[in-house]
Amino acid sequence: MSVASEERAGTGGADVPSRESPLRSVTALFSGPAGRNLGLVIALALLCIVGMITAGDRFVSFDNMMTILRLASVIGVVSVGMTFVITGGGIDLSVGAIVALSSVWASTIATQTLAENTHWIVMVSTALLVGAVCGLVNGLLIAYGRMAAFIVTLAMLAGARGLAEIIAQKRTQVVTISEFIDVVGGRVLGIPVLVLIFAIVAVAGWILLNRTTFGRRTLAVGGNPEAARLAGINVKRHTTLLYVLVGVACGLAAVMLLARTTAGTSTHGMLMELDAIAAVVIGGTLLSGGRGTIVGTVFGVLIFTTLTNVFTLNNLDTSTQAVAKGVIIVVAVLLQQRVAARNGSPP
Amino acid sequence: MSGIVKHFPGVKALDGIDLEVRAGDVHCLLGQNGAGKSTLIKVLAGAHQPNGGTISWQGDEIRIVNPQDALDHGIATIYQELDLVDGLTVAENIHLGHERARWGVVARAEANRAAAELLRRLGHPEVAPDIEVGRLSSAGKQIVSMARALSYDAKLIVMDEPSAVLDQEEVTRLFGVIRELAAQGVAIVYISHRLEEIREIGDRVTVLKDGRTAATGLAAAETPTSEIIRLMTGRSIEYVFPDRPERQQVGDPVLEVSGLGRAGEFGGVSFTVAAGEVVGLAGLVGSGRSEILETIYGARKAKAGTVTVAGRRLRAGSVGAAVSAGVGLCPEERKSQALVLHESVARNITLASLGRFARGGFVNRGDERRAADEQVRALDVRPADVRRHVRTLSGGNQQKVVLARWLLRECRVLLLDEPTRGVDVGARSEIYALVRELAASGIAVVVVSSEIEEVIGLSDRVLVISDGALVHDSPAEEINEHQVLDMVMEGEAA
Repeated sequence: MSVASEERAGTGGADVPSRESPLRSVTALFSGPAGRNLGLVIALALLCIVGMITAGDRFVSFDNMMTILRLASVIGVVSVGMTFVITGGGIDLSVGAIVALSSVWASTIATQTLAENTHWIVMVSTALLVGAVCGLVNGLLIAYGRMAAFIVTLAMLAGARGLAEIIAQKRTQVVTISEFIDVVGGRVLGIPVLVLIFAIVAVAGWILLNRTTFGRRTLAVGGNPEAARLAGINVKRHTTLLYVLVGVACGLAAVMLLARTTAGTSTHGMLMELDAIAAVVIGGTLLSGGRGTIVGTVFGVLIFTTLTNVFTLNNLDTSTQAVAKGVIIVVAVLLQQRVAARNGSPP
Repeated sequence: MSGIVKHFPGVKALDGIDLEVRAGDVHCLLGQNGAGKSTLIKVLAGAHQPNGGTISWQGDEIRIVNPQDALDHGIATIYQELDLVDGLTVAENIHLGHERARWGVVARAEANRAAAELLRRLGHPEVAPDIEVGRLSSAGKQIVSMARALSYDAKLIVMDEPSAVLDQEEVTRLFGVIRELAAQGVAIVYISHRLEEIREIGDRVTVLKDGRTAATGLAAAETPTSEIIRLMTGRSIEYVFPDRPERQQVGDPVLEVSGLGRAGEFGGVSFTVAAGEVVGLAGLVGSGRSEILETIYGARKAKAGTVTVAGRRLRAGSVGAAVSAGVGLCPEERKSQALVLHESVARNITLASLGRFARGGFVNRGDERRAADEQVRALDVRPADVRRHVRTLSGGNQQKVVLARWLLRECRVLLLDEPTRGVDVGARSEIYALVRELAASGIAVVVVSSEIEEVIGLSDRVLVISDGALVHDSPAEEINEHQVLDMVMEGEAA
């Protein structure tokens, strides 16, 4: 996806009035479609330069690029779902736990036997269904039970992972259907299927958010729920659908994890919620809702996974990595705010 | 203040404003929406930095770098949207930011005493310092805001439309407080859209137009209304209400409300509105008039009675049912209930009829923009740019955007709650004319307003609500302002 095609949903394609100042060209650059993600592009470019200098050919190789993208794909799919929930004014802390539960449920012997006798699609469907149901429970409790999204999904975080442990009895369940691993874990034209799935999800997510009534309503619900309700939008149903959507994304992520690791375990997706939220927010989606960008989210995910890759290639430990991550989140959000302030119109 | 200039990207909001306020004066600031009033007071409050001009304060030239700085100088501002924290008590709100504390521990008793003293000075000893602000009425909150301004030992208090959320009696009391403050040597800058108020309370008047001072230092009592309106609009208007058309045969009722009720709010409300008819609901704040409107719309669930639109009974408590039956609501609180502020004008207009521009869930943005453009042109929304963020528009133009939303939806029944709140005189008459046009096109219109004159002037038929009951229903020509006021008050006493 080219950067120039980015259009941040929520700005309504508003043109920014020109300023009568010498800074005009600079502000124009920042306010243009590319400029909105300029900070992210620069951050990613810097990371790549660091990678090239420190790891040289090991970093630049095609295989390494695919490794980065493969790593990005699972968290990327979840982050696209998360973008919708956050744009709609919500939050989902339970994504990692839902991924674990979906992976465990789908990899149980019963499901696998069934899948082996019929088709591995059964296993995939199980994962998606489990994700959807978890999301539905979240959504119903939040929208109709009028509970805070933070609390409901926190409860789901604990509950879903607990249930996953019960089902798996804390064991790792190896996926025995080789056909599944060959297809989903394989490559098409040299590109890993996981990466293709991520690409498809990102494009579909972009279209859904920017070009459909569903996306438009998501922005309205996140931007001003009362106005959306009084304009005749079914806010409760829409909110529920948003959580179902992220649940399905988690189910899909679980399928991808099953293919990548060839096993389902209750420890899959540990702390994934934090990575997903961080990627969404540094991408430029407003945590308070009403404005969201899929392209930004994709950049956010790529920045984090590239960082991990560069650190791993240089044999640096995960603790240093965590510190760097923290710094990047703060710096990226600060940069985004500066750009947003410059793009702002008079109140 | 002299020669104040403020630019925003693409807009010159203030272009050389002069304003001089003397101690003990009540100085009224007038101007149409978008004339620069709000920007000017934000400069004064330190919320905006001017791009040019000077501010002199007690003889010295000063720069106000931030809101705290303004307060330190003794300039306090009471904004239109009250900036109180609902969860804190009255005293806590008054001292917010400069708490009375010893070693970081808030001295509650002392704070309460000080707050009570301020409230007494404002003539409102009945407001208890220790109750939560969220439990107060709009008028109560206004008083707390004012007490907060006083607590900074303010020598200049700026009030942005303080009367907008108050009823007649509360306004009278507010004026008492203002007079007392002025007598103590506090200078007041008072912004209002109601000319009669300005006559009553103001000493001098400054009129702004298009970011410039049209006239300053006019004597409030002597300057004729026509002169003020001329200065504000650049044209003189004789009347604001459009002519009522000859009462033709009343068509079939489109909206039928029968026995509608909600416990503790209102009950037994029945009336009908025919196609092409404008029906006005008069009543005090809290009489149940807005609640009735919201119940018809399904935003509140009716406990008793029915609402029928064009022969179809609406499901109680369902906005979706009302909207699909062709009912539209322009709610009381434009910003919080109607608009998605950081979205474009186009997207706000199409919000209720997105389905029309979508095929298989995909929005055709060309069609959408064209339809929004058409509405913007038809209603003369300024600036006529559908890509602009709706929050950059003035109040009157925002109201037009909300109206456009329902026009686009081609609704049969339009419910207008305070359609001219925060809208200036010039734009008001445009909105009145618009309401008339809508009715003429066959829409049944219900208007709720605190201003009795507006209800009578705009409607074909007037209903009076008092204490949650419908007490009067007659053609508008057969009733005058005083009669309505009487009925409204009587109900209060009963």
